[in-house]
Amino acid sequence: MNFLDQIWLIPLFPLFGAALMLLLGKKLDPQPPSDVAIAPGVEPVSDEHGNHHAPGHSPDQDRDHPHGHHHSSPLKTLISIICPGMVLLSFLFSVGAVWQLSQQTNRVHQIIQFTWIAGMPFHMANGHMAIFQADWGFLLDPLSSVMILVVTGIGFLIHVYSIGYMAHDNGYYRFFGYMNLFVFFMLMLVLANNYVLLFVGWEGVGLCSYLLIGFYFHKKSAADAGKKAFVMNRVGDAGFILGMLLMFSVLGTTRFLDVKSALAHFGPETTGFGVLSVMAVLLFFGATGKSAQFPLYVWLPDAMEGPTPVSALIHAATMVTAGVYMVARSAALFQLTPSTSTVVASIGAFTAILAASIALVQNDIKRVLAYSTVSQLGYMFLALGVGAYWVAIFHLFTHAFFKALLFLCSGSVIHAMSGEQDMRRMGGLKNKIPITHWTMFIASVAISGIPGLAGFFSKDEILWQAYSSPQGSQILWFVGLATAGLTAFYMWRLMNMTFYGKSHVAPEVAKHIHESPATMTVPLVLLAAGSVFVGWLGTPKVWTLFGDSFHGFERWLAPAFASAAVEAAEHGEHSASTEWILMGLSVAVAIIGITIARYFYNNKPQIPDTIEKAVKPLHSLLYNKWYVDEIYDFLFVDGLCKGGGLALGAFDRNVVDGGVNGAGWLTRFTAKLSMWWDTWIVDGAVRFTSFCVKMLSYPVCILETGRLQTYAFFVVVGVLAMFGYYVVR
Amino acid sequence: MYPVTTVHYLALSAALLLIGTVGVLTRRSIVIILMSIELILNAVNINLVAFSRQAHAVHGQIFAIFVIVDAVAEAAVGLGILIALFRNKETVLADEIDLLKW
Repeated sequence: MNFLDQIWLIPLFPLFGAALMLLLGKKLDPQPPSDVAIAPGVEPVSDEHGNHHAPGHSPDQDRDHPHGHHHSSPLKTLISIICPGMVLLSFLFSVGAVWQLSQQTNRVHQIIQFTWIAGMPFHMANGHMAIFQADWGFLLDPLSSVMILVVTGIGFLIHVYSIGYMAHDNGYYRFFGYMNLFVFFMLMLVLANNYVLLFVGWEGVGLCSYLLIGFYFHKKSAADAGKKAFVMNRVGDAGFILGMLLMFSVLGTTRFLDVKSALAHFGPETTGFGVLSVMAVLLFFGATGKSAQFPLYVWLPDAMEGPTPVSALIHAATMVTAGVYMVARSAALFQLTPSTSTVVASIGAFTAILAASIALVQNDIKRVLAYSTVSQLGYMFLALGVGAYWVAIFHLFTHAFFKALLFLCSGSVIHAMSGEQDMRRMGGLKNKIPITHWTMFIASVAISGIPGLAGFFSKDEILWQAYSSPQGSQILWFVGLATAGLTAFYMWRLMNMTFYGKSHVAPEVAKHIHESPATMTVPLVLLAAGSVFVGWLGTPKVWTLFGDSFHGFERWLAPAFASAAVEAAEHGEHSASTEWILMGLSVAVAIIGITIARYFYNNKPQIPDTIEKAVKPLHSLLYNKWYVDEIYDFLFVDGLCKGGGLALGAFDRNVVDGGVNGAGWLTRFTAKLSMWWDTWIVDGAVRFTSFCVKMLSYPVCILETGRLQTYAFFVVVGVLAMFGYYVVR
Repeated sequence: MYPVTTVHYLALSAALLLIGTVGVLTRRSIVIILMSIELILNAVNINLVAFSRQAHAVHGQIFAIFVIVDAVAEAAVGLGILIALFRNKETVLADEIDLLKW
């Protein structure tokens, strides 16, 4: 079977699942009354369909499924098979397609199904004619193949995990429908062969993100978080759209391959800030929205209101990396605009350390992970900014494993803790939930950058590139290194507060602590295995001990980012010893971070409090997330909306109302003119005419008496006159 | 004794015509007006008969009988209208009935 020509099927599987769930799901998954189904860890949710009973589903059956027990009807089992099954199908299909792609020599396969937006000729910026059109087409190349494997593979594991996690939850079908819809849009995003179709997926995943963040929409905070995510993403999307239109105007196409060849006619914009730089900055602004970079990152921590599998799939592993993917996809453009690349790298580094610093003091287990995600995404943009595109994708790849794992483990913890998310009320869980503990241990080691696990390889390569690449600098490297230390610290703070030390668990919660079911632990174990091994696809080049296959990731992606500029600057001036030293430094920083965290939160729990008291302002600054939300509230919500409200009010009263009133006055004035004209000119003419007629008719009217005899008299006179005339003649 | 010639008849006829015409034009009562119309018709009849006698032809006399029949019919219709009019307007005076004016 030729998978390559059928890659359009890959997104269709989950779409089918989503359509099935969202259209027919209500019938498949009869909802128990809302007071019975209480999700663990979630406030009682009274779903809008809560009181719906499918035909034949009597209340007695509901009573057989009291709260706290798994109640799985055969139909619910069907949902649990269909939805993950669709993603599994996509995954297998993707594996087949990628395998066949790897057998080809040029490793780029484009299929165009049909023209989606019909062609419309227009003048490009340089005066030439071009055709505004977009295909419904798919492009499989090394870059998108990595993405589809991540999306479908990790997506499948998270779907399986969700079977256990969402088992008690209302809206089971709704959850899986949205999840499948998300996978569909994400696959559209990464498989699209042009920016316009990519944007379809881009908006689609934003929609699913909104729907899933607000999954518990009866909670105001969840609904608000969904709105926040949606609105902040729209801000970025405005940039994306403008960048896309500018691309049409300058390059005349948005097809990735054509864009690449069109860009070949442009030289690098080494000086100044030309049109390509503007285009790149606009696209990057779109990426900051979707990938939660400064200044648009604040929605991601709030997005943790959604169910934990959603956080793992959408807000850690896949959707938030769409921005990284898009910038990497535009590598040919960014390579030509060094100034923009500097912006990207700076924003990435700044976001990385900003988010890491906030993560240091958060107490909500998911929020720590959320800020960690923002921070790691910052790393990826740092890599993109210094021109190390494959490293960014490599980090995206490894991060997808260990961050999804971290989120799923935290979900498992929350599940065990009956919904408790505050780490201050955890502790000592190590032996109670051993599988969760060990898998999370592996993920934390991986993210901290201990050699041998996935996170080390990608993060270390980023730091090395930040130091050594032509666009890199020691400042960027140092910020990255500091972030690595902070990362190790906050991760082990999390581990210590959750799994080790004294238990702070509330007694009534402690009774219910239990390891999660197999549907949840098996994905954890598989992801843990991934977190250990996938890093070996990209070992550092100085590790000459290992053969070529251990640098496979870079070689696999090389065709996607092939560019003379990057190849030439293979960091000739930096010696291997420098790389070894930097590697040692980053490992040392990670170990120091881990040690301090262990010392603070395990051995001497009073130290953090002492420090907190000593530097109270700094702590509250971090605890309140640098007050960025408040600043945005002040500037945009209060400042812009209320100030804007005043200004708009004045505008309304003076300009709009003035316009309306002026129009009214003008109408009245013209009406008056018209009335005068009517009265005196038109009516006058009519009346004058009738007056003339009246005057002329007056003599005749006198004859008209109405009396018979007058008329008879006239007859006689007439006869006599004729007679007289006859006689006289 | 002068013989009665056609001219005499014509003179009588002219006198009747004049009287009838003046009656139609000047009398207010519609009944009188109808009677005056009878006079006019009879003036015509005299003319017809007189010329019939002079020409030794019988046509004129036959025609006169037609006119008499016609006069009877006209009087019947006229009086019928008059009664209908009286019922509506309670008058038989021609100058009070000026409905012909718009």
